Order: sequence, then structure tokens, then C-alpha cells
Amino acid sequence: MDLNQLTAHELLDKLKNHQVTSKVILDSLYARIQAVEPKVKAYARFKSGNKLSLNPQADGLLAGLPISIKDNICTEGLNTECCSKILNNFRPPYDATVINKLKTAGSSIFPLKANMDEFAFGSSTENSYFGATHNPWNLEYVPGGSSGGSAAAVTSDEAIWALGSDTGGSIRQPASFCGVVGLKPTYGRVSRFGLIAFASSLDQIGPITKDVEDAAILTRIISGYDPNDSTSVNQDVPDYTDSLGKEIIGLKIGIPKEYFIDGMDTEVKSVIEEAINKLKSLGAISHQVTLPHTQYAVPVYYIIATAEASSNLARFDGVQYGYRAKSDSLIDMYKKTRAEGFGEEAKRRIILGTFALSHGYYDAYYLRALKVRTLIKNDFDAVFKDFDCIVAPTSPTPAFKIGEKAADPLKMYLSDIYTISVNLAGIPAISIPCGFTKNGLPIGLQIMAKPFNEEMLFKVAHAFEQNTDWHKIKPRL
Amino acid sequence: MTIDKETVKYVAHLARIELQPEELEKLSQQLHDIMGFIDKLSVLDVGLVKPTSHILPVSNVLREDEPRVCLTPDKALENAPSRNGNFFSVPKIIE
Repeated sequence: MDLNQLTAHELLDKLKNHQVTSKVILDSLYARIQAVEPKVKAYARFKSGNKLSLNPQADGLLAGLPISIKDNICTEGLNTECCSKILNNFRPPYDATVINKLKTAGSSIFPLKANMDEFAFGSSTENSYFGATHNPWNLEYVPGGSSGGSAAAVTSDEAIWALGSDTGGSIRQPASFCGVVGLKPTYGRVSRFGLIAFASSLDQIGPITKDVEDAAILTRIISGYDPNDSTSVNQDVPDYTDSLGKEIIGLKIGIPKEYFIDGMDTEVKSVIEEAINKLKSLGAISHQVTLPHTQYAVPVYYIIATAEASSNLARFDGVQYGYRAKSDSLIDMYKKTRAEGFGEEAKRRIILGTFALSHGYYDAYYLRALKVRTLIKNDFDAVFKDFDCIVAPTSPTPAFKIGEKAADPLKMYLSDIYTISVNLAGIPAISIPCGFTKNGLPIGLQIMAKPFNEEMLFKVAHAFEQNTDWHKIKPRL
Repeated sequence: MTIDKETVKYVAHLARIELQPEELEKLSQQLHDIMGFIDKLSVLDVGLVKPTSHILPVSNVLREDEPRVCLTPDKALENAPSRNGNFFSVPKIIE
């Protein structure tokens, strides 16, 4: 097995025992990237043949190990463009807090950034200014999104592990489509400082990895209070690897009936039911529960997320960084810059969000959406009074074909139907591989827990993973 | 409630995005469909429900107003599309 195929914890063991060096790990990554990246397109701005240098750190828990980063997380001096023309050639003058933490832990930041939907607007990574990423399991299919580049890089062994961001499912859904592990931490667990904002009350950075142990290691490194993020929470970060290898006998698992509806993909349904049976065979007790406001999550999200996005993206006006259109007048310069710099989906969301916040419509849309958000959160609170976690599919379907939903935004929005509620409620959730369709596309199992109970996710996910082999199967490229 | 072409045009102006006529046409139809879907929310009785704008009990975070290390002007201006001395330069505002 080549080194780039190993998990981070396997490589860290080998580095510790001096069986490998960071240089040979990097060489194996570059060899793989040269071979498959022209087909997968997991990285933005990749050019065949150019080998980028890296400064491996000598010390720290993660010393010698590179990590791939989504294009919306600021890396000092390294292009960070949110895969948008409007951030053309933007090189941040500072590191995001998560990048600082990784560097302090000895990690090297991989110089190619992972592809994504422009500003994380999308569920397929087709909305990237640099072109679509292809699903390594079948190149005609999307890898999911918006962190599709991170997930495709990890599953194709073009990355050891990666960071993504999740506003409505952007870590979990691509993890599910690509057959890897993806975690959205509790809102406030990980600092958002240096994450280029999409919807500030929903965004969280999280890991995309080859197995649960890697996710536990990485979550611990990036979590914690940060004075630079006024919504980061000052609460101790446990060693999440302590949650691995535990029994789940007697654990109470809720199965939300709203996530198993008529007309759902039959293969997804049967694979998820099998996964639930596996958890039961390991001693967990499952009961049907109800999250009655689930059907309102997508409409609530597309008001709140677009409203926040329209405000956050006001800063892209051609003045301080990125692309600027030529014009003699200031207002005209703004309008042309934004017309030429933003892609179609970004314009759609900014205009929708501006509408929801505009005079005369605020109460009918934005305020009403905030109230329904309360109802969605209350649904989860009620279930978590009696249950340790909730288990459901990550996505109603496996990966879809490139182009299949691109012309119909509403259809695309509905592919996030099982992931969005988690962001609205601020709770943590993980997606882990749990099977395949007959055509060989991966299916993900989603586990959700109470706020700041990531330990529960690692415990259940690891117990499942130790008793299945889904995470070991690799795509043939 | 629906969103018509005139509204989209006005909102695009508020959002400082210039739309081409064909873009306006397409967007108006798409936003009309999306708003139709979002109108699903109007069936809920939310009269007594408190809004959740933030999931955490957030409050203002203040710190002492003391000088700290920050970006140098050169570093802060590194990405400027147009620069004049230590300032960002933009097209003329006042005639």
C-alpha cells in the first residue's frame, strides 16, 4: 500500500517510529495527484507538473503530516479565493485560527486548496469558478458539496485528511457521496475566525477524514475558545480519542420518522436500515422518534442563510481585495464588479437574501423564519431528553450525475433536506460510510447528538466502523 | 406573496449587482419558484414563538481598548486592486 493511502493516525505512528519521513509521504501524495487529479479535479488552481514546496514542521503532535484545506479558509500568503472570480488572486495577510492551531500542532498546510462551490453555495461543487470536481467513485457523478474538493481528495488518496466547512450540510453530504468521514461540530466549538463567512449563525469548520479516529484527532486540534470569534464557546476540549473503542450497549438511538418518507431512494433506505440493525446488534436500543418541523427546515434555511450571506458578501465590492471592474463612478464600479465577479448561484442567493431583509418583507420572511428555527430546535431538544443520539441518512439519495440538478436550483436545495436542520439547531453531527448502491456509489449514515457532545458521535461512529469494512473500500481510478 | 421582475430589479440595485436583461428574466422566474416553496412557512402559527437569531446565548464580547499588534499598512494593502500611499483608491465620488 502506498503511503498516501494510509490514515493520518497510521502515518503518525510510522513517523513516530521513524519508519517514514515527511518527505516520502509528500512524494507519494504528489505522485498520486499527478496521476489522478486531471480526472478528479479536487484542487482549485491545479496545474499539471508544478510541484509545490512545503515546510514540514519539526515538532508537535502532527509533525510531518500535511493537511488539505478548503478554499474558503484563510491561509497566510496562500491563495484563498472561495473558488470565486471576485476573490481573484486573494492571498490572505493572516491565518485562520484553525490554521494557526494546525501549524502549532506541527501540521503542514498543503499548498493546493480544495475545490468548492463558490462561497460554499451549492451541494455539488459544480458552482466553482475553477470548474466542477468529479466523484472518484464514478467520474460522471458529483462529489457533493460544497466541500466536494476536500471529500474527493480524501477518498482518492490525493490528501491524507482535510478541512471543510458546513453551513447546511457542506461537510456531511460530500463525505456521504464520497464514502469518507465528515463531522460538523457544535456551533461555537471551532473558531470561525478566518473562515470567509457565508451564514455566520450556521457556519462551522470541521474534518473530512478516512476514518473516525482521524476525525477525533483533528477535531480536538481545531476546537476551542478563540477571543477573535465572539461566538466561540469557552468550554474545555476533551481528548476525543478517549471516546473510541467503547461499548454502545444500552445506548438509546432515536430514528426520526420524517427522514424515512415515501418515495425516498430505496437503496438508501435499505442500506440505512441495515446500518441501524448493525448498531442494534452491538447492543443499542432504537425507537422511532418525531422531528415534526423537518419539512420546514429547507425553506427556513433558504431565508436565514441567504439573508446572512447577502450581508456578509456586501464586503466584496472591488475596493479592498480581489477583482475590480473598470468604471469611472463608484456605484457603477460596485455593480459591475459584483456582476462580473459573482457566479449565478451567488447572485441568486444575494438577491434572495436582500429581498428577505428588505423593507416590507422582513416580518413576513426573515422574522418568521427565525421563529420556525425555534420550533426546529425545540424538536431536537425534546428528542434528546430521552435519547442519546439520532440516526438517519445523511442524504436522501446517493451522488447524482454532473449536470442533473444544475438547471433547477430548487431541486438542488432539496438535496440538503437531511442535513440542514442540524445547522439550524446548532448541534453536532457526523456522516460515516455505511454501504454502497448496486452501481458502486457510497451511502452515508448520519449520527446527531446534543450540543457539545461530539464524544457521543465518536463513540457510536467508531463502534459501527470497527464492526464494518465500508471505510476500507477505495475507489478504482 | 410573490416576487416579480420589478422587485428583483429593485432588490438587485440594493444589492449593487448589475443584471443583464436575460439574467433578470431567468432570475425572476427562479426566485418566484423558490418563494413559492418558501411560502410553505406561512401555514405555521408562530404568534407566540420567540425568534432564534442565534443558537447560543450570545452577548457582546468586549475587551480593553489597548493597542495591540496588528497588520502593517503594507500588509493590509497587499491585496488592494488600486492603492494610493497608505490608502485604498477608488473612482471619484464627488463631482
